[in-house]
Amino acid sequence: MTVTLPPNSTAPAPKLQPTGWLRYLSFSVDHKVIGLQYLVCGFVFYLIGGALAGAIRTELASPVADFMARDVYNQVLTLHGTVMIFLWIVPVVNGAFGNYLIPFYVGARDMAFPRLNAVAFWLIPPAGLMLVASYFITGAAQSGWTAYPPLSITTPATGQIIWIVSVLLLGGSSIFGGINFIATILKLRRPGLKLMQMPMYCWAMLGTSILVVASTPVLAGTLVLLSFDIVAHTGFFNPSLGGNVVVYQHLFWFYSHPAVYIMVLPAFGLVSEILPIHARKPLFGYVTMVYSIMAIVVLGLIVWAHHMFTSGTPPWMRLFFTIATAFIAVPTGIKFFNWLATLWGGKISLNSAVLFSCGFIVNFVLGGITGVALAQVPFDIHVHDTYFVVAHFHYIVFGGSVFVIFASIYHWYPKFTGRMLNEDLGRFHCALTFIGFNFCFGPQHWLGLNGMPRRVAEYDPQFTLINQISSVGALLMAISTLPFLWNVIHSAFYGKVAGDNPWNALTPEWLTSSPPPVENWVGEAPLVKEPYAYGVPIDEIDLSATSGRDLWSSGK
Amino acid sequence: MTSTLPVQPDSTDSSEIESTETHGHAVEEHGDFRMFGLATFLVADAMTFAGFFAAYLTFKAVNPLPSGAIYELELPLPILNTVLLLVSSATFHKAGQAIRNSDHARCRRWLLITASLGIAFLISQMVEYFTLPFGLTDNLYASTFFAVTGFHGLHVTLGAVMTLIVWWQARETGGRVTAQNHFPLEAAELYWHFVDGIWVVLFVILYLL
Amino acid sequence: MQIPSAILTLVLGMALVLGGLWVGQTINLLPIDASVNAPIYDELFKVLFTIGIILFVGITGLLIFSLIRFRRRSGQIGDGVAIEGNLPLEIFWTAVPAIVVLFVGLYSYDIYDRMGGMVPLAHDHMGGMHEERIWGGISSGSVGSEMVADVLPIEVTAMQFAFLFHYPDGDITAGELHVPADRPITLRMESKDVIHAFWVPEFRLKQDIIPGQPTQLSFTATRPGRYPIVCAELCGPYHGGMRSTVVVDEADEWQTWFSSNAKPTPLTDTTVANT
Ligand code: HEA
Ligand code: HEA
Ligand code: CUA
Ligand SMILES: [Cu+2]
Repeated sequence: MTVTLPPNSTAPAPKLQPTGWLRYLSFSVDHKVIGLQYLVCGFVFYLIGGALAGAIRTELASPVADFMARDVYNQVLTLHGTVMIFLWIVPVVNGAFGNYLIPFYVGARDMAFPRLNAVAFWLIPPAGLMLVASYFITGAAQSGWTAYPPLSITTPATGQIIWIVSVLLLGGSSIFGGINFIATILKLRRPGLKLMQMPMYCWAMLGTSILVVASTPVLAGTLVLLSFDIVAHTGFFNPSLGGNVVVYQHLFWFYSHPAVYIMVLPAFGLVSEILPIHARKPLFGYVTMVYSIMAIVVLGLIVWAHHMFTSGTPPWMRLFFTIATAFIAVPTGIKFFNWLATLWGGKISLNSAVLFSCGFIVNFVLGGITGVALAQVPFDIHVHDTYFVVAHFHYIVFGGSVFVIFASIYHWYPKFTGRMLNEDLGRFHCALTFIGFNFCFGPQHWLGLNGMPRRVAEYDPQFTLINQISSVGALLMAISTLPFLWNVIHSAFYGKVAGDNPWNALTPEWLTSSPPPVENWVGEAPLVKEPYAYGVPIDEIDLSATSGRDLWSSGK
Repeated sequence: MTSTLPVQPDSTDSSEIESTETHGHAVEEHGDFRMFGLATFLVADAMTFAGFFAAYLTFKAVNPLPSGAIYELELPLPILNTVLLLVSSATFHKAGQAIRNSDHARCRRWLLITASLGIAFLISQMVEYFTLPFGLTDNLYASTFFAVTGFHGLHVTLGAVMTLIVWWQARETGGRVTAQNHFPLEAAELYWHFVDGIWVVLFVILYLL
Repeated sequence: MQIPSAILTLVLGMALVLGGLWVGQTINLLPIDASVNAPIYDELFKVLFTIGIILFVGITGLLIFSLIRFRRRSGQIGDGVAIEGNLPLEIFWTAVPAIVVLFVGLYSYDIYDRMGGMVPLAHDHMGGMHEERIWGGISSGSVGSEMVADVLPIEVTAMQFAFLFHYPDGDITAGELHVPADRPITLRMESKDVIHAFWVPEFRLKQDIIPGQPTQLSFTATRPGRYPIVCAELCGPYHGGMRSTVVVDEADEWQTWFSSNAKPTPLTDTTVANT
C-alpha cells in the first residue's frame, strides 16, 4: 500500500477487479465506486418511487377511486413510502455521500471494512427489485409503510412477507453501513487529525450511525415477530389470539422515529459542507453544531410515541413525549441559526448548490414548525393521520433531504466526474422543483386541517380543487426532473472540465484530482486541521470600508 | 436479519484477514479495529434482544394470560443451561490464553470442550422445548418465550459452529490461527461471551421474573 | 443619513410580531367548531399558527436578505469575514427556542387538560377486571362535574368498513350517530377486526379504535348540524369509504328521535327526561 504503487495494485489479489465503467456493475471495494453505486441505484429507485407518487396524485385528482382499484392504491402507497425511505433517502444520504466522502474527510484510503461495505451495497438492488417485483407477481403489501397489525396480518400474506424480507435486507445493509462508518470515523482517522477537526459531515454520519446501530435491529426483531404472526400463526400482534397491537407500534416507531433523523442528519452535514465553501466563510459555531447533532441523537431515541397519541397511550406518556419531542426544536434550531450566521457577511455565489441548500432551509423550517405543532398532543389529536401529517413530512423529506441531495449533486458532481454541471439548467431545475413542491404539499396542510384523512383513494368532493392543485404541483416536480437528468447525463460527456478544485475549497476531497485516483491521493493524505478556514480575519478588515451590518454578528 | 446478521463475525474473520494483507499498511498505522467493528455489531445485536425483552415485559405487564392458558417454566434445566454456558465462557478464555502461548494442542482441547458445552446447551434446550406443557402458538407468552430462546439458540448454534471453525484453523500446521494472528479466535471468543451474557439476562427475565 | 441598524432591526422585529399576530388571529384554516373543546383547540391553533408564522417569515426573511445583501457580485473575488462564533448570540438563539418550546408545551398541556385528556378514564380504577380495562382516549373532563351524572353512554363498534352505534339506554343500534347538543357523550369504542379511528373534524377529536383494547372518547356537541365521521386509520381497501355521519340535534329533537327508535323499555325515559 505504498503510495507509489500503481493504483490498481490495491484490488484484492485473487479477484481481478474490472476497471472503467464496468467497475460500477461489479463487486468493487473502492469506497468511491460504492458511493456512486449507491447514488445511481438510489436515483433509479427515486424515479420508481416518483412514478408511484405520480400514480397516487393521478388517482387523487378526482374524488372517486377511478384510476386504480382501491387495493391497488394501497399497494402503490405502500411501495411509494417504502421505496422512497428505504431505497432512496436512507441509502443516498448515508450510503452514497457517506461512502464517497467520509474516507476523504478522515484522511483514509478506504472505509474500515471495504468488503462489508460492498456487501452492504449489494444487498440493496435485490431487496429493491424483489419489493417492486412483488407488485407485478403477487401483489405488493398493502398496509402502508408502517405495516400496522392486525391489518398487515390479514392482508394477502405473500406481498407482506416479501415486504418484510426486503425491509430486513435493507435494514441489514444499513446496519453494516453504520458499523463501517463508526469504525472509519473513530478508528481510521489519519494520525494527527483530532475529532474536533473533522468536517461536520463526519459528525453527522457518526450520530446517524449510532442511531442506525441502536434502532434498526429493533425494527428487524419486530418484523421477524410480525412474520411469525403471518406464517406461523403466533399471536404477538394478533388480538384474536390474545396479542397486543400497540406493542408493535412502540417497537416500530422506536426504529422509525430515529429513522427520520437517519434521513436528515446526514443532510444537515452535507449542508454544513456546502454553505461555507460558497459563502467563503467559516462554518459558524462548529462546537455547538457538534453538540446539537449529539443532542438530536439522544433526543431522537426517546420521542417515538409522538406517532401514537391516539393509540390509547396513557396521559403521562403523551405528556412526556410531547415535551421531549418539542425540545428537538432547540438543537435543530441551533443548526439553522448557525447556517444563517454562516451566510451572513459572506460572499455568496448563488449557484445551484447554494440555491438548493437555501430551499432546504426554507422548507425544513416550515416542516419543522409543523412538526413541533404535531408534537402537541391536543393539536395532533385532530390532525393525526391526515394530510397535515403528509404535508409535514414531505416538507421535511422532500423539501429537506431531497433538496439537499440535489444540492450535493451540484456541489460534488465536479469531483465525481471531473466536469461541471450546467448552472443555468441547474437554477431552472431548482426553481421548478421549489415551485412544484410548494404547490404540491403546501395546500395539503389545509386538507388535513379540514378533514381529509391520509391513505384514501376516494375523498369528500369538497376537497377536489385543492387536490387538483396538489396534483399539478406533483406534475411540475416530475417535469423538473427532466432538465436535471439531461444535465447530469450530458455534462458527464460534454460538461466544462472542472479541474481539481473548482470551488476553491479546503476540505480534503478537493485536494486531489477530479475524479480522484483509486487510493484517493497520490502521495500522503493531506492533514486538514481547519476544514473551514475561509475568510478574511476580522482584524485585517478595513473597518472604515465595511458597513456596520457586516460586523453585526461579530460582536464588535 | 436473523439470517444475515450472525454471519458477520464469521465473515469478518475470513475476509478481513485478506484485507489485512492488502491493507497491511493501514492496519499498522491504525491498530486493529476489527474487534471494534465486531463490538459495534454486537451492540446492534444486543438491541435486537432488547426489543424482544421489552416486548415480553410489556406483554407480561399489560396482557393478562387468558384463563385456561398454561405458561409454566421449570427451573432445573435452565439452571443447568446457565452453568453450561458460564463454564464454556471460561473454557473459551482458556483457549485464548493457550494460543497466545503458541500451545496449539491445549488451545484446541479447550475449544473442543467449549463447543461441546455449547452443543450440550442446545441439546438440553431441545429437551426443555419438548417437555414444556405449551407449544409455540398456545398463547402470547409461550410464543414470546420460544421466539426469544429460539433467537438465542440460533446465536449459540452459530457460536458453536464458529468455535469449531476456529478449532480447525488452530491446527498446528497449515492453520490460520496462530499466536501472531489470533484475531479469529478473539472475535469468536467475544461473540461467545456476548451470547452467554445475553443468556444471563434472558434467564433472569424469562425464568426468574 | 443612515438609520442605526439596531433601530431598524427592532422595527422590523416588531412589524414581524404584529404581522404574525394579525395573521394568526384573522386567517382561519379550520372547519367550523361544533363541540365544547373545538374552541379550546382553536385557541391553541391560533397560538401555534402565530408563532409558526413569526418564526417562518422571520427566518425566511433573514435568509433572503442575506442571499441578496451578501451575494457575490460579478467580478468580485475574495472571501467573507472569518467569524466562527459569538457566544452571546449563540446563547440567545438557544434560549429563545427553548423558551418558546417550553411555553408551547405548558400551554398545550393546559389545553389538553381542559379538553379532558388528563382525566382518569372511567374504568381505570377497576383494576383486575381486564375486560373492563379502558386503554386510553379522552375522558369527560371538559364537562363540569355536576353534569357528569348526565352523561349519555354510547357504544361504538368499528369493523371493516362501517361504524355501528349502540345506545344501551334505549337498546338502539344505528349506523349514524345521533347526539343531543350540550349534553356530554361518552363513546366506548371497540373494534371487531383491525384498527380504525373515529374522527369528527368539526369536533377536533380523534381516537383510534383498537381490537382487543377498548378505548373511550368523551365530548359535548354544541352546534346542531350534520358532520362527517371519518375513519382515520388505514384499515383496508375501503378505508376511504368508511365514513358515517354524526347528527347533532337540539335536545328535544333528539329526544323525539330517541323515543321513536328506542326499544320499549320504559326505564329509559326517566334517565333522559331531565335534559
Ligand atoms: C426526515 C424526516 C423527518 C424529520 C427530520 C422530522 C422532524 C420532526 N417531526 Fe416528523 N415525521 C416524519 C418525518 C420527519 N419528521 C414522517 C415520515 C412522519 C410520518 C410517519 C407516518 O406516519 O407515516 C412524521 C410524523 C411526525 C409526527 C406524528 C404525526 C402524526 O402521525 O400524528 C410528529 C409529532 O410529533 C412529528 C414531529 C416532528 C418534530 C417535532 C420534528 C423536529 O425534529 C423538527 C425540528 C425542526 C424545527 C423546529 C425547525 C428548525 C428550528 C428552528 C428554526 C428553531 C425555532 C423553532 C421553534 C421554537 C419551534 N413528526
Ligand atoms: C421519503 C421520501 C419521500 C419522497 C421523496 C416522496 C415524494 C413524493 N410523495 Fe410521498 N410519501 C412518503 C415519502 C416520500 N414521498 C411516505 C413515507 C409516505 C407515506 C406512505 C404511507 O402512508 O404508508 C408518502 C405518501 C404520499 C402521499 C399520501 C398518500 C396517501 O396518504 O394516500 C402522497 C400524496 O400526495 C405523496 C406524494 C408524493 C409526491 C407527489 C412526491 C414527489 O415529490 C415525487 C417527485 C418525483 C417524481 C415525480 C419523479 C419524477 C420522475 C418520473 C415521473 C419519471 C418516472 C419514469 C420512470 C420510472 C422511467 N406521498
Ligand atoms: Cu376503518 Cu379506516
Ligand atoms: Cu417521529
